[in-house]
Amino acid sequence: MKREIQSFRDRPILRLAAAAGLILLILILLPAYFETYQMQLLTYGLIAAIAALGFNLLLGYTGLLSFGHSAYFGVGAYSVAFVVQYLGPHSMEFYILIGVPAVAITSALLGYICVRHTQIFFGILTLALSQVLYSLALKLYWVTGGSDGLRVPRPSLLMGLLTFSGPSGFRQFITSYYYYVLAVFVVCVVFMWVIVHSPFGKALQAIRDNEVRARFLGLRIRRFRWISFLISGTFTGLAGILWVPLNGLTTPDIVYWTFSGEIVFTALLGGFRNFTGPIVGGIVFTYLKTYAVATTEYWQLLLGVVLVTLVLVLPTGIVGALAKLGERLGMRKT
Amino acid sequence: MAILTIQILNSLLYASVLFLIAAGLSLIFGVMRIVNLAHGSLYAVGAYVTAWLIGRGISLGMPLHWLFVLLPVGALSVALIGVVIEPLLLRPFYRRAEEYQLLVTFGLIQILEDLMRLIWGGTPLSADTLMDALPIIRLGGLLYPGYNLVVIAVGVVAAVILWAGIYHTKFGVMLRATSQDRRMASALGLNVGLVYVSAFGIGCFMAGLGGAIVVPTQAAVLGMGIDALVIAFVVVVIGGLGSLKGALVGAVVVSFVRTAGIQFFPELELAVLYLIAALVLLVRPTGLFGTA
Repeated sequence: MKREIQSFRDRPILRLAAAAGLILLILILLPAYFETYQMQLLTYGLIAAIAALGFNLLLGYTGLLSFGHSAYFGVGAYSVAFVVQYLGPHSMEFYILIGVPAVAITSALLGYICVRHTQIFFGILTLALSQVLYSLALKLYWVTGGSDGLRVPRPSLLMGLLTFSGPSGFRQFITSYYYYVLAVFVVCVVFMWVIVHSPFGKALQAIRDNEVRARFLGLRIRRFRWISFLISGTFTGLAGILWVPLNGLTTPDIVYWTFSGEIVFTALLGGFRNFTGPIVGGIVFTYLKTYAVATTEYWQLLLGVVLVTLVLVLPTGIVGALAKLGERLGMRKT
Repeated sequence: MAILTIQILNSLLYASVLFLIAAGLSLIFGVMRIVNLAHGSLYAVGAYVTAWLIGRGISLGMPLHWLFVLLPVGALSVALIGVVIEPLLLRPFYRRAEEYQLLVTFGLIQILEDLMRLIWGGTPLSADTLMDALPIIRLGGLLYPGYNLVVIAVGVVAAVILWAGIYHTKFGVMLRATSQDRRMASALGLNVGLVYVSAFGIGCFMAGLGGAIVVPTQAAVLGMGIDALVIAFVVVVIGGLGSLKGALVGAVVVSFVRTAGIQFFPELELAVLYLIAALVLLVRPTGLFGTA
């Protein structure tokens, strides 16, 4: 028995799995205690976490700061809207089936161009390309609805098994959709965890830390960055796909470059040097923004002050700061 | 023919304002290696402050030609903001990765945008008294406001002064030395901190001046800074970040493409601009005249 405990302690992966399982259990039980509005908010938070998780594969693990991830979020959201507009079926699985390849193709194309550069030029190039998509979404109004955007009604879930209509439809939809997003979120987290800890993920980190040495080791740097970009964009796009039925509407705002800034903010808030950082950041940011908007008309000012303070005082984000605190406490114990 | 002349003049008007914004952005990047995302917002602050000053001036009964003095005052107030921002918010980040500088200036956008809303509210602030104060010029049967020619002239004069200042004064030598090798310049006894503050201040002054001279032709509105920033980005990407000549050429290219775009392909006008920028980045990552 004692030996078992010992081995449990020695193997951080088991400890981690236990912690993740506990958090998951809490997340599953939450709808029984929370009201609909809170569940809706948490769903937004999980979606933001998926977007930030994808974004962070580029920033945290590949060392490339993209200021244009709104493009992939937007392509995800708009492809769902186009499906509704031109193809008809209101099925979430169908949305994902069409949306994910659309996002993957877009991020593969744009990523192929962007990864030719690094550092600040990479950032500006991603921004410029996302702005191309923004201006198309804004100006081709007969396709995209212009600044009015496109409406997306509540879809059916699980191949039409769950449909939502009638007076209690909204509440049912929110609860079911929460579980739906949670399931996708878990799959995304596990998938990203595997990627980051695979030889491919290690190669990305090697490139981030020392490009020259990585090249000497024979890594094809541009290709690795490209694939990383592709995965990153697709994750953020998936977040866009999940976001649009919840929001009910997609507008060009989500393709504008300031939205990319919000995604960067999210990752930084949680801490981009940690795997869990962007997840925490996504959820915290959603609550932060919602309550900032609710309390003051000048919520942007509040967020800006938080961001600047954060960068000045806590550059490793919430998770980084907590980890450091934990380390310090642990040291005192031993 | 007269329409063509007016379109060209309009392009030059736009180019002159764009040059002021982009040259400041480029100067700050060239010397300090910081991409100042809040640059557009500083331009908007310049517009708001100037419009507000002119409004005050009118209600205090200032004589008309005195109101023109308020334009450089508006620009100077933005320079003052810059001189406060640099040591307070940017200096802690010179040793850290450039991502942090981007984030701080992004936070600064949000703060400045909301401060403008807090102070001046949501209604546009106009200062068209200045525009009406100058005579209207006749161009082969068409009318053109004389004030627009003043804006073009200010852009040209600013370009000449900036060029002379950077390439023909001692201060310009100090700026260029710092931009090429900060540590070497510091080792040779240059006060790098002072050079940084003044470079940032001058950059902000340019943005503020852009806002100040543009506000009589249009009004100061919320969000004008964020829109201006992405266009200024296109300018410096085409011309080359950190190059004065690049900012000038980029501003002229962008404004002519945009004027033509609005005339001939209005739906794709913005997309074409960003595509040009992306193409230039692909073929010549440092822009047409960039070196870094």
